[in-house]
This record gives sequence, structure tokens and C-alpha cells, in this order.
Amino acid sequence: MSVVHVKINGIPVEVEAGSTVLAAAKAAGVKIPTLCNQEDLKPTASCGLCIVKMEGSPKIQRACASPVQEGASYITDDPELFKARKTVIEMILSTHPAECLTCIRNQNCELQQLAAEFGIREQPFTPRVRRLPKDESSPSIITDPSKCIKCGRCVEVCQDLQGVYALEFIGRGDEVQMVPACGLNLSESPCVKCGQCAAHCPVGAIYERDDTDKVRDAIYDADKIVVANMAPSVRVAIGEGFGLPEGTVTTGKIYTALRQIGFDKVFDTNFAADLTIMEEGNELVHRLTHGGVLPLMTSCCPAWTDYMEKYYPDMIPNFSTAKSPMQMQGAVTKTYWAEKAGIDPSKIVNVAIMPCTAKKFEIGRDSNMSSSGFQDTDISITSRELIRMIKAKGIDFAHLEESDADSPIGEYTGAGTIFGNTGGVMEAAIRTAYFAVTGKELEGVEVDSVRGPEGVRTAVVDVNGLKLKVAIVSGLVNAKQVMEEVRKARAEGAEPPYHFIEVMACKGGCISGGGQPYASNDANRAARTAGLYSDDEHCAKRCSHQNPSIKKIYDEYLGAPLSEKAEELLHTTYQQRPLYK
Amino acid sequence: MAVRNYILVCGGTACESSRSKEILKALQDEAVKQGVADDIQIVQTGCFGFCEQGPIVKVLPEDSFYVKVQPSDAAELIAEHVIKGREVKRLLYDKDKASKHAQVEDIKFYQKQFRIVLRNCGFIDPENINEYIARDGYSGLERALFEMTPEDIINELKTAGLRGRGGAGFPTWMKWNFSRNVESDIKYVVCNADEGDPGAYMDRSTLEGDPHSILEAMTICGKCIGAHQGFIYIRAEYPLAIRRLEIAMKQSRELGLLGKDILGSGFDFDIEIRLGAGAFVCGEETALLQSIMGHRGMPVPRPPFPAVKGLWEKPTVINNVETWANIPVIMHKGGEWFSKIGDADSHGTKVFALTGKICNSGLVEVPMGTTLREIVFDIGGGIANGKKFKAVQTGGPSGGVITSENLDTPIDFGSLIKIGSMMGSGGMIVMDEDDCMVDVAKFYLNFTVDESCGKCMPCRIGGKTMLAILDKITAGNGTMKDMDLLTEIGETMRKSALCALGQTSPNPIISTMRFFRDEYLAHIVDKRCPAGKCKKLVTYTIDPDKCKGCTACARRCPVEAISGSIKQPHKIDTTKCIKCGTCVKVCKFGAISVH
Amino acid sequence: MAKMTLEELRKLRAQKQDDLQKRDIAGKDCQIIVGMGTCGIAAGAKVVLDAFLKELDDEKIENVAVTQTGCMGLCYVEPTIEVVVPGMPDTIYGKVDADVARKIVKEHIVGKKLVTDHIYDRPSVDIMKNGGR
Repeated sequence: MSVVHVKINGIPVEVEAGSTVLAAAKAAGVKIPTLCNQEDLKPTASCGLCIVKMEGSPKIQRACASPVQEGASYITDDPELFKARKTVIEMILSTHPAECLTCIRNQNCELQQLAAEFGIREQPFTPRVRRLPKDESSPSIITDPSKCIKCGRCVEVCQDLQGVYALEFIGRGDEVQMVPACGLNLSESPCVKCGQCAAHCPVGAIYERDDTDKVRDAIYDADKIVVANMAPSVRVAIGEGFGLPEGTVTTGKIYTALRQIGFDKVFDTNFAADLTIMEEGNELVHRLTHGGVLPLMTSCCPAWTDYMEKYYPDMIPNFSTAKSPMQMQGAVTKTYWAEKAGIDPSKIVNVAIMPCTAKKFEIGRDSNMSSSGFQDTDISITSRELIRMIKAKGIDFAHLEESDADSPIGEYTGAGTIFGNTGGVMEAAIRTAYFAVTGKELEGVEVDSVRGPEGVRTAVVDVNGLKLKVAIVSGLVNAKQVMEEVRKARAEGAEPPYHFIEVMACKGGCISGGGQPYASNDANRAARTAGLYSDDEHCAKRCSHQNPSIKKIYDEYLGAPLSEKAEELLHTTYQQRPLYK
Repeated sequence: MAVRNYILVCGGTACESSRSKEILKALQDEAVKQGVADDIQIVQTGCFGFCEQGPIVKVLPEDSFYVKVQPSDAAELIAEHVIKGREVKRLLYDKDKASKHAQVEDIKFYQKQFRIVLRNCGFIDPENINEYIARDGYSGLERALFEMTPEDIINELKTAGLRGRGGAGFPTWMKWNFSRNVESDIKYVVCNADEGDPGAYMDRSTLEGDPHSILEAMTICGKCIGAHQGFIYIRAEYPLAIRRLEIAMKQSRELGLLGKDILGSGFDFDIEIRLGAGAFVCGEETALLQSIMGHRGMPVPRPPFPAVKGLWEKPTVINNVETWANIPVIMHKGGEWFSKIGDADSHGTKVFALTGKICNSGLVEVPMGTTLREIVFDIGGGIANGKKFKAVQTGGPSGGVITSENLDTPIDFGSLIKIGSMMGSGGMIVMDEDDCMVDVAKFYLNFTVDESCGKCMPCRIGGKTMLAILDKITAGNGTMKDMDLLTEIGETMRKSALCALGQTSPNPIISTMRFFRDEYLAHIVDKRCPAGKCKKLVTYTIDPDKCKGCTACARRCPVEAISGSIKQPHKIDTTKCIKCGTCVKVCKFGAISVH
Repeated sequence: MAKMTLEELRKLRAQKQDDLQKRDIAGKDCQIIVGMGTCGIAAGAKVVLDAFLKELDDEKIENVAVTQTGCMGLCYVEPTIEVVVPGMPDTIYGKVDADVARKIVKEHIVGKKLVTDHIYDRPSVDIMKNGGR
């Protein structure tokens, strides 16, 4: 790596060659205001706020898109730059509804933050807000184009990060909009509801559908038994909403908070993650040993499933028929647990707390989602919604006592908790598949070769002589590459390139899901991932098949993995879906 | 039977006003008097484009060019030139050998234009490759393929001092050299033919009149940088240019001047046409490349510059039509020859589309350094209908106005920037006293606001906000604070917009505010449009002293705003008047005034 | 046409230059060149072209070749045409319509006189005239 020496406002700093001025400034501890720039995305340079000067050059550069030059001295702020930036912010504000108080992004809006930092106290330009109807067609995401500042992040996310192409630039000049093509609404578009657009939107123009009122209504309904189940990645993200360090594991505090909010029972989706491994792991072993369709592909991510059904329907036979942990949890809650607790399942309201906006769609995707005879999961809310509920309830989250989940479908192993990050499902499956194949426990359960933040990671894992070829994908755009490899091998009649493929739609996995607290950057992903791995390390049992409650449910209710009962409750089917309706 | 001499008397507007009709008559009378009426033909012609020296008389076949001819000169012209065959020296323009073009061979002094880019336009049949070849076409390519190394080609361009004609004037050799020096298996050559400035059609005419010059130039560039594929990005609204390019490409391929192993040199190069959908911003090079790649035509940040990372991330040389059209001549006649044309700042020529309130609108090509006055008053024949010159807009919607005080500024890249305009691609719109400069600024801004791609915030919002302020001012609702806001937004856009479209779109406003501040103030303070263009600020009144009460205006007024009895002065009800201007047109007594 | 070598290109150029010099196209010594750019066509150049062809045909004049070229730059007087007749100066006419076209055939081509009121000058000298470097 070659380094470049530059000065930022006189501060000498050494950065990697090819770094942007923005990165160099950050290294020098200087913050340059930005609005369109986002770490996950390549610079579009649309906002014009990060303009800087280079000594000796008459040209004004954009810090986000300009590579540093050896020996250069950059000025990031002077009266001229400040004035231009302030004018740009004032102009943006003149086209943005001044509705901060009723906006979902109140207090975490990047535009609001900039207006505050620049001390905008009056509006010199005549307000000119284009009022456009909201798109509320999707069960997961709502777009409010009136609030859109056209930074272009959502389009870049949808196209470059996710490869979905649901959002496009439409129209030009003042008429430009970031919407699906052909005047369609989101539900008619190829949208897979991953919510990454919402996670990257700097303002309140794209956001999760808020289902918290439905949850409150159920809680305040004396007739209902309201139960919660919390996804793996939620436990390492909620703390951020209350000022705790990124990646802090707050499982016990969340359980307590849920009880204080009024949930009757608090379970954990990690239990169902262990259950998923029992089903999916055995499915893998069965396909490996009985000449089944390979590679097997994971199915726990609803956005990935939607994507496959739209873009790669030819992969349906490769898909694991195992439902996602959330749906397994719902199915066993309203059957196994209801029977054990002697509760009428029609009275149970099962609320899933997820890092994900696509889960809101998944709970009603087809009749398989009502295998208990009722809708297995009634409401799915995101981490962000739960944070708002905790705040609205007036709970001092940071100082809460920890508590345990309710039994028996709240108990989990380390394998279940790492479902929340990329590579985790793979690792959990390997731990159990090894046991299923060899009858022996894997020595040193940590499978380092499948860990890591890369968008595509491949590994060969030795399972007692069987060379298990695996691929791990996060960020949907990366799925294309692997799917094309599979297609090519299939077309050529060659050996499949992999035996098992894990795909999570969001970069880094569920820890960075579309419903998580706003922080789409790699440092945050690393912290949340580390949180989950530490949760894994702290678990007494680290393989799904070792979970006593899992053993119990098979003994008492399901029989064995892939049994008729298990198939009925825990497995599903897939169908090709059109890209455009 | 053909006659001995043809005497051409200029009948252009300017010459006619300086008594060319009388000269014609005097010459005819003298011819009869001196007995040569049957030996010569005296005809009146259109404008010769040298109006400053008018009236002009030209005698053929000697090509003698007489200037400032008076009716009293007729006898001498007939007696000396026609009968004795001796030129009348004192009337010849050629006597002035001190002209600045004197060193340059081949230029006749009576013509201000010098055509390199347009050398073949109007000479050859563009659909016949043989005619192009006959006029030394493809001889530049010959040199490039068989006699020159890539470095020689760069050096030839460097000697020539050719700068990009698309607007910014970046040295062409540097651009080529960047691409040449990048190691890459694939490189591209692109012709930007997405001409879009209002009133500009230089590139269209070049492509229609001389398509092979572009093909030849791109092939030379391919040889120089090591590219084998070229693209011509041309707007779909130019069907004739597209057809002629297609014919030219077909003929070139058949003759082996395009395709594999060109002229047996072993060098391969071919060109494809890509049609643009008419977005102005696609003339911006990064947006154009996006469009070629099938993406939405929106600018992307530079660096990386296309010369290093362009189409599909490969080094790409992109030049505009006019730049390309210079290349074959430079390769054929040499950079040395080219460098002698023009002035110290800029070499060669520049093509302008001269339009607006001008007598001789047209496509003109002049050596760099020619003054605006020469273009407007000599080539263009001055302002139409005897009105007063007010300003010229160069650089289209990215440029600024040039006023009469700067008419003697030499036209080159540096000088135009100094006076707040820019070369641009070559639109030149002349305005007279009837043009309201606030309205003109609004016109250009309206264009750029319409054509903004919408990607970057300073351009998208800034342009629209400025337009709203101009609307306010032209409606009589402006305040002095609006002037400050216009300056503030303009400065912000210049600094923070992503591409040249956004950075330069405030120029017409900034420039008119600088040179015609009084007109802005008239709109804002006096609530008056001096040129009578801004409808909301104009009132129509009838001068009772001039009105004869003919009722013509009252009968034609579409909203019955005019009342009065026969032979009595009429009156206009300003509350009803829609300011359509009909009454002014029908009044025979000039009694109706617009304020 | 077959693909050429360098020698063949040079031979072709010399031959065509000769033709152009003689202004001789397939035995026709007079030429009418019509400016057929978008501007010319929009101003009526096609009608003018047709008028020339018809008039030459009607008058059974066979030594005149009618060809097209691009824009001459004289936009304010489109359509523009150039007439080349041996022994007469090459002449550019502007504001030509069908009537003027017929007049040009009768007066200029046949009568060897220039047609008044429509003559314009080529705006520039020809830099390629003397060829070479």
C-alpha cells in the first residue's frame, strides 16, 4: 500500500493512495458536511455540500469524489465555502416540508441535523414544496416523495447494493423522482422489501410501515394473550437507541422492557433459529446423502426469498423448504406452546421483533404462513419501532434489570444467536450437520473460514472427509454472481460449484437489516457482529441440537426433523413471482 | 454568349442604405454612355459580408474588389476597368497590405471568414466519398498510419495548439496524451455530436456537409492512442446528419478506410453511431458516456477523467464535432500551418451560428482573434431593421452577454472569459434595443432549468429558485433583496454544482445583472420594462395629439379595451387591456406607445 | 468497390482531383450544386432541386449535372445553389425558389448572363484549393 501525505486545514495526515479528500479529512479529525454521501455507496456527488479548496488550484472540488494528491493542502472551510454550503442547505429546506415535529425522522434526520449545525434561523427563499401522494402499497415500506431531497441514495442502494432495480430516477430537473418505473407503485415493482432504501434515506422520505399501534391495541385488549419473539440481531442493536455503545448485547434488558410494555410472554426467535438448523441441517445431510438437488440454499431471509422468486425462480428446487425462524416460532407458539400452556390459540397475538422490513410482508405471504390454523405471526415490528415503543412507555432502558425469556420456547444456543450475521446460519448448520453426519461433536465449534464481512465468501469445510463446498453471500447484488455460477454449472451438466449457499439480503446480514437503528456503515456492522459472536461464546450450549428445549419439542411434539408434523408446521413452498404486476 | 465583364453591385441592407442603388444606376448610365452596354452585365447582388467598407462593387472575372464606391466613381470604373482593363487602384481594398491576415497565404483580404472546419461544406457532395478524397480527404490518415508515430501525432497537435471546441478549450493533445499513456487493452474514441445550445447548429451543418472529416479524425485518434472502437453520439433530432454519417461509414468500410486492416496498415478501427434522446445534459461528457453505456444520462464526478477512465472504465477520448473536423487538416497541412491562424491565446478558427436580430444570419467561421464587431457588423451585416445594437450572447445558456463596449474584444478563449462570457460551442445570438435583458436571462435560465437532469441539488433547486425570482421581478414584484439572492444563488451554483451545466447556468443572469443593472432596477424600482417586453410591466397609451380618431385600433382590439368616437382621440382602458400589441400594429399614426 | 491499399487511395485521389479540376462529370461541363443541409431543405431546397431537374428536362439541356452539397453557411438566404458554367464566374445564388430556378436555367445556363438580385458570395476562400501542405 502506497501512502499519500496531505494537509487538511494545515493538519498533516497520511492516508492510503486513492483515498478521497473526505476520508483524509476524517483521518485528520476534520468533519466535512455531507448529505448525499454514504459510506456503503459510491459517491454520487449530488448534494454539493462537501466542496473544498485545494491550495494553488482555482477549482473547487467535491471532497467525497476527489482522490487526494500527494503534497496537496486542502481547505475544508472558509467564509466562501461556508456561505455556499449554507445557501445549498437553505435551498434544500425551501423545497422540503417543514414538518419536523410530525416526521418519523424527527431527531435522527440528517437534513435536520445539518440545518441545526449551520444555524439556519430563517428561510430566505420562498418555500416551494412539491406535494406528491405517499406510496403505501407495500406492507413493509412507505415512501413519501414530498419529503424526498433526491439525494439518490435509495436508487443506488436498490440498484448497486441490492441489484433489485425497483427504484429508478424518473423525470428530470425539478420533476425528478426516485420511484418505481412506469408509474407503478412499490408493491407492483420488483421491490423485495429489504428496506435498505429506508435504512439509507437521510430524511423521512422512505421508512418502515409503523405497526406499533396494532401492538398496543393487542396489549390493551384484555382478551388477548400477547407474546413476543425477538430476532437474533435485535439484541445487539436496540442499545444504540439509548446511547449504549454499538454492538452491546442487551438481551435481558429487552426481555424486561417487553414485559414492562405489557407483553404476556417473552420468547426468543433464537429458539426457532435452533429449530431451523435442525430442519435445514438435516435437509442438507439428506440431500447430500440421497442425491438431492444441490446446492441447498438458505431460506430464512424473506427479501432473498422474494428476490429468488422474482429473479431466479429456476432455483426453487434448490431452496431449503424450511421456513424462517420467525415463522417456525409462530407455528410452534400457536400449536405446541398453546397446547402445553392450555391457551386457546385464537387468543394469541404473536408479535415478532425483527431487524427487517421484509418480515412484515413475510407474515402474510401465503397460506403456509398459517400452518397453525391461524396466522402464525400476527404482527412484525422492526427494531426501530420497538425503540420508539420503549421510549413512549417511558422506560429507562439503559438501567433496566435483566431478565430471562419464558420457557420452553425462549431457550437458545450460540448457534441460534449467530443467525443474525452473515455466515452465521452456515456456521450453525455446519455445527449440527457435522454431528448429524458423524455422530460426533465438532471440535472447536467456531468455523472461522465462514466468518467475515465480504459480500461473497467461499470455503471448503471438511466434514469427516466430506469436502463441503459452501458460499456465503450478503448484499443481494452479490447473489447474482453466485447464482450465475450455479446456472452455468447446471447448463453444462457439471458438478454444482457448491453444496450449500447462505444468502442474506442485507450487507453484513440481519445485524444491518432495513429495520435496524440508523447506522449503515462497516464499523457498526463489525460491532454488532462482534456482539453476536460474544453472545455465542457466552452460551452454555453452542450447537442447536444440544438445546434441551429443542430436544424436548422433538420428543414431545414433532418427532424427528423432517417428520410429517415438522413438514406440516415448519416447511413451506415457493412460487415464481412476476417482476412487474 | 458570355459578356466581357460582370459588375456586381452589393444590394445588401447596409450597402443599399449607403446608396448602392444610385451606383447601380450610374454604372448602367455610364456603360451606355461609353458604349460598352452590350459587353458587360451589371447586376445587383446580396450582401458580400463586408459592410463596414460598403458600398461594395465587384468586377468579374478579375475578382477586383472595390470598396466605398460612390456614384461619382462610375465613369472611372467603366473607362478604366472595363474599357482599358486597368484596375482602379484607389478603390481597391487590397491596397491595405497591413491587415493582420497578411502573413497567411491564401486569404483574400475582402473576406473575413476563414474556413477550416467548414472547408468542404458547400463544396462537396457529402454522400460521395470520392469528392472528399479529391479534396485531400484521408491524406491526414495516410500520414498518421504510414508516416507518423503516435508521439508524432501528439506533437503535431501540440504544435498546432488546437484546443477543444466544445466549450472549455482544453488542449486536445493533452487529452489524447492522457489516454495514450494509460495502459489498457481496450480504449475508445467518442465524438460528441449532441449539439443542444439554443440557436446552435454548427455541428449539424458540419456533419451534414462533411461527414468523412469526422470519421477520418476519429480514426487518426484511434491510431494515436491505440483504440479500435469509436462511437458517435448524435441526437436523434438530426436525421439527415445521421443518414449522411451512415452513408459515409458504409463507403469508408467498402474502400477499406474503416474496419479491419485500414489501407493495408494492419490497423483496425470501426465506428458505431449512438442516438441521443435529446437531453441537453448529455452534451456534458460524463453524462454522454453514461448514456452510451445505456444508463440514464446524468453527469458523474470527475476525476476520474474520461481520458483515463471513460466508457466501461476504459480510457476514452471524447471531443466534439468541431474539434474533430480540424484534425484531418492539421494532419494534412501540418500543425505549423494551423498555429499561424488565430491569435496568441487561441489558434485556428471558430465556427459560430450567428442568429438573432442580425441582417445576415448564418454559419460563420472566423480566425480566432476576430473581433465581435467584425462578426456582427461585417459578416452579419449589422442589426436588422435599422435598430440599435444592444448585446450579443455567446456560449449559449452557459455564457454571458457582450455589450457594445466590448465589441472590439478579440474572440478567443481567454478574452471571452475576461469579459464574463465564454466561447461555448458557438451559438451567437444578437440582441437589439427591443430585447429586455431580464427577459433574455429568464429565457436562458428557463432552458437550463428544463434541461437540468435533476441529480445535483445546487442546480436542480438553485436554477428553479432563480427562475422564480426572475418571474417575480418581471412581474413587477421584485425587491432589491432579490438581486442579492440572485447573486448568492448564482455564486453557490458556480461553486457547488456538479457539472458544467449547473455551474454555468447562472452566467446569463450574473452577466446581465453586471452589464444591464439599470434594466433590473427599472423592473424592480420603477416597475417598468424599458424594452416593453415584460407584459405585466407594460402599459399601452394613446397620445391624444397624434390620434386622429380613425377607430382602426378600437375595431381590432380583441377585448374592447379601446373606446372613443370617430375623429376624436381614443383611450385605452388599462384594466381591460391584455397587452397583445394589435393596436400598435394597426395604428397608422404612431399614436400608441408602450411603456 | 473493393478495399484499397495506400497506393490505390493515392491513385484514386489524383484521378478525382483531375475530375474536380475539369468540373467534368460524365461528359457534363455545367454544374448546378444545391445546398442540401437541414437548413436548405427546410427552406425549400428539395423543391428547387426538382424545379432544376424538370426545367433542364423540359428544355432538353443535357450538359448540366445537378448535384447536392451541404450547408454553405448563408442561412439568411436559403435555399442556396452554386452554378458552374465554363467561361463564366462560379456563381452562388440565394433565396432560390422554383421560379428563380427556371430563370437561372434560362438566363445563366442558356443566356450566359447572371441573374440579378439573387447573387451571393461564397463566404470564404477555399483553403484546400492549392492542395498540399
